[in-house]
Amino acid sequence: MNLRERRKRRDAASAYSTPQEATENDSMTALDQPRPLSAADDDIGREKRLRMFRLLLELRLTEKRAYDLFLQNLVKGTSHLSLGQEAVAAGFALGMRRDDYTFCTYRGHAHTLARGAPMSGVLGELMGRECGVTAGKGGSMHLTSVEHGAMGSYAIVGAHLPVACGAAWSAQYRGTDQVTACFFGDGTTNIGAFHEALNFAAVWKLPVVFVCENNLYMEYTPIGTVTAVEHPAADRAAAYGLARTIVDGNDADAVFRTASAAFARARAGQGPALIEAMTYRHSGHSRADPAQYRPKGELDEWLKRDPIKIYRERLVSLGFPEVDLGAIEADTERRVNEATEAAKASPPPPLTLIEKDLWADGGVAWRN
Amino acid sequence: MAELTYREAVAAGIAQEMARDERVVFLGEDIGAAGGVFKATVGLFERFGPRRVRDTPISEQAIIGAAMGAAMTGLRPIAEIMFSDFFGVCWDMIANEIAKTRYMTNGQISLPLVIRTANGAGSRFGAQHSQSVENWAMAIPGLKVVAPSTPADVKALIAAAVRDPDPVIVFEHKSLYAVKGEVPDGETVDTLGSAKVLHPGKDCTIAALALMVPRALEAAARLQSEHGISCEVIDLRSLVPLDTRTLLASVEKTARLYTVEENPRLCGWGAEIASIVAEEGFWNLDAPICRITTPHIPLPAADRLEDATIPSVDRIVETVRRTMD
Ligand SMILES: Cc1ncc(C[n+]2csc(CCOP(=O)(O)OP(=O)(O)O)c2C)c(N)n1
Ligand SMILES: [Mg+2]
Repeated sequence: MNLRERRKRRDAASAYSTPQEATENDSMTALDQPRPLSAADDDIGREKRLRMFRLLLELRLTEKRAYDLFLQNLVKGTSHLSLGQEAVAAGFALGMRRDDYTFCTYRGHAHTLARGAPMSGVLGELMGRECGVTAGKGGSMHLTSVEHGAMGSYAIVGAHLPVACGAAWSAQYRGTDQVTACFFGDGTTNIGAFHEALNFAAVWKLPVVFVCENNLYMEYTPIGTVTAVEHPAADRAAAYGLARTIVDGNDADAVFRTASAAFARARAGQGPALIEAMTYRHSGHSRADPAQYRPKGELDEWLKRDPIKIYRERLVSLGFPEVDLGAIEADTERRVNEATEAAKASPPPPLTLIEKDLWADGGVAWRN
Repeated sequence: MAELTYREAVAAGIAQEMARDERVVFLGEDIGAAGGVFKATVGLFERFGPRRVRDTPISEQAIIGAAMGAAMTGLRPIAEIMFSDFFGVCWDMIANEIAKTRYMTNGQISLPLVIRTANGAGSRFGAQHSQSVENWAMAIPGLKVVAPSTPADVKALIAAAVRDPDPVIVFEHKSLYAVKGEVPDGETVDTLGSAKVLHPGKDCTIAALALMVPRALEAAARLQSEHGISCEVIDLRSLVPLDTRTLLASVEKTARLYTVEENPRLCGWGAEIASIVAEEGFWNLDAPICRITTPHIPLPAADRLEDATIPSVDRIVETVRRTMD
């Protein structure tokens, strides 16, 4: 089902079941016709737009490199790419402060990079090298960089939503105005932890923004075939007293605006938000998945709405000089190459790491 | 010294730590105004207020997850899980998330948190509200596990758990909540991972935990007076870290080891202890190690059945007497 059809179905359904009308954050209309650019587009500004473009490219090129490194058998284990979903990570990260917290899933390379974790640390982790962000102890599904606010990637579906509540509670208790962003997939809305966390956050009015990246599939199963509502997150928001918010997850500007509004409310003590970002992964669920279950032509439709292509075209139409964009592209490519070389040059982790850091004293002892 | 019940000592331990450290916060179901279903947290809400003593929905995953997220961002939460049986619904949080995060992140994240829970049988609550699950926790690398047997210990071990930089699970025993004991005045803090020799003896060592400790002590007194057998009773108090030194030293002296365990037989904590003593104290042993446990069954509810299921003083006396012949 393409986005246009999904929207039609939702509109039809809303005649009798819309708990709360789509908010202004609901920018689904923007998908259907390219919106003419107007003064309203100046809200983001030149400097942020260039940062966004650079970030989108960093995410795209680093993950493409990760894919190439599998093919060379340099990346071991599994890996879940966000190719096609970069605008969600970039749009939210750009709305965050350095001391804010991000929680994400095994599909977390983009979110971790977007908070500023080094490319070599991410690629190195995937390759099992000492320079990895967790020196090879976590692996692809557990990227973490606390110094950048990336508070971990969680591989048990739904587990990190309650944990994000805790970080938000801590900020609330300490009286800081830090916010917590928590990213997860459409499939995650069907596990108990999702519902426990949403209710908990709402009751305690926690400064946490839950972001469902609806890429239309859980692993291999279309989300619509296993979910009682059309929009797995947004249609459940009313159950927790939250607004129904859907955003075009392939439009980084739309994501940024939605994110900024939710973060501002959370910082002001107005409680949590639940945002559903419509997007699509260009590759399979994980490295092992050729994604044969997708209907013919679906990927092609979505490739037309590639978030990076959309963003580049927008910048060009806003008058950003082609040479500037080209320079950013070349520079990012160069940095990914450098990071790749750094990761390749890094040794495997020392065996001494095996018996290290179970406990805060640095050791693993369980007896005297 | 003041005489407190075990449940009063729980509240005293939490209060001592909350008064000392503003980062200590407490959350769980019915713990606040209601004072806990076992009345082990009475007075905390009145003293520390709703900001620090927070009632939660019936959401065990959210309770434990929130404790974890708070611990990694500067707080020192104490989370209550009403019955240890309910670990089943938040085991992912405990076993997969909390236990592994420090290791997986190469030490980037520390989780100074405490999970308190009411464990064990004796209340005729049946199989889903009576289990002893300390061995579940012991099996997961990354969790510290304590199970105090006296009011003084529960207060001071809760304090030690709160101050410890790692996740600690405190198993309080339901059947001990009403027991009274002397608790030293003022601030008390114990050490995790230290066993106590509660009754010195020379003929055999009995290692016990929680509710099994008073039973082992009573059995030791009877074995001495009725059968002339001198038992050394060790209260392990902590399963992780485990005080193997005290245990091995005792076996070196007595040459015989009994464990008294409330957990069901298979993979109970006594199996690990038996294996350590077999590997490291074998040449000191004069007889096979003997485990006295609950059989490998879910617990029945009726008083007659429950009493016959978990190790009793009679069963300990009878087993030791028979095998010491
Ligand atoms: C509790 C649990 N059940 C199942 C899995 C296996 N699994 C890994 S990813 C996944 C699909 C999750 O789908 P979604 O939430 O939509 O995220 P996406 O992968 O699309 O980003 C499943 C079922 C798991 N990791 N954890
Ligand atoms: Mg999905």
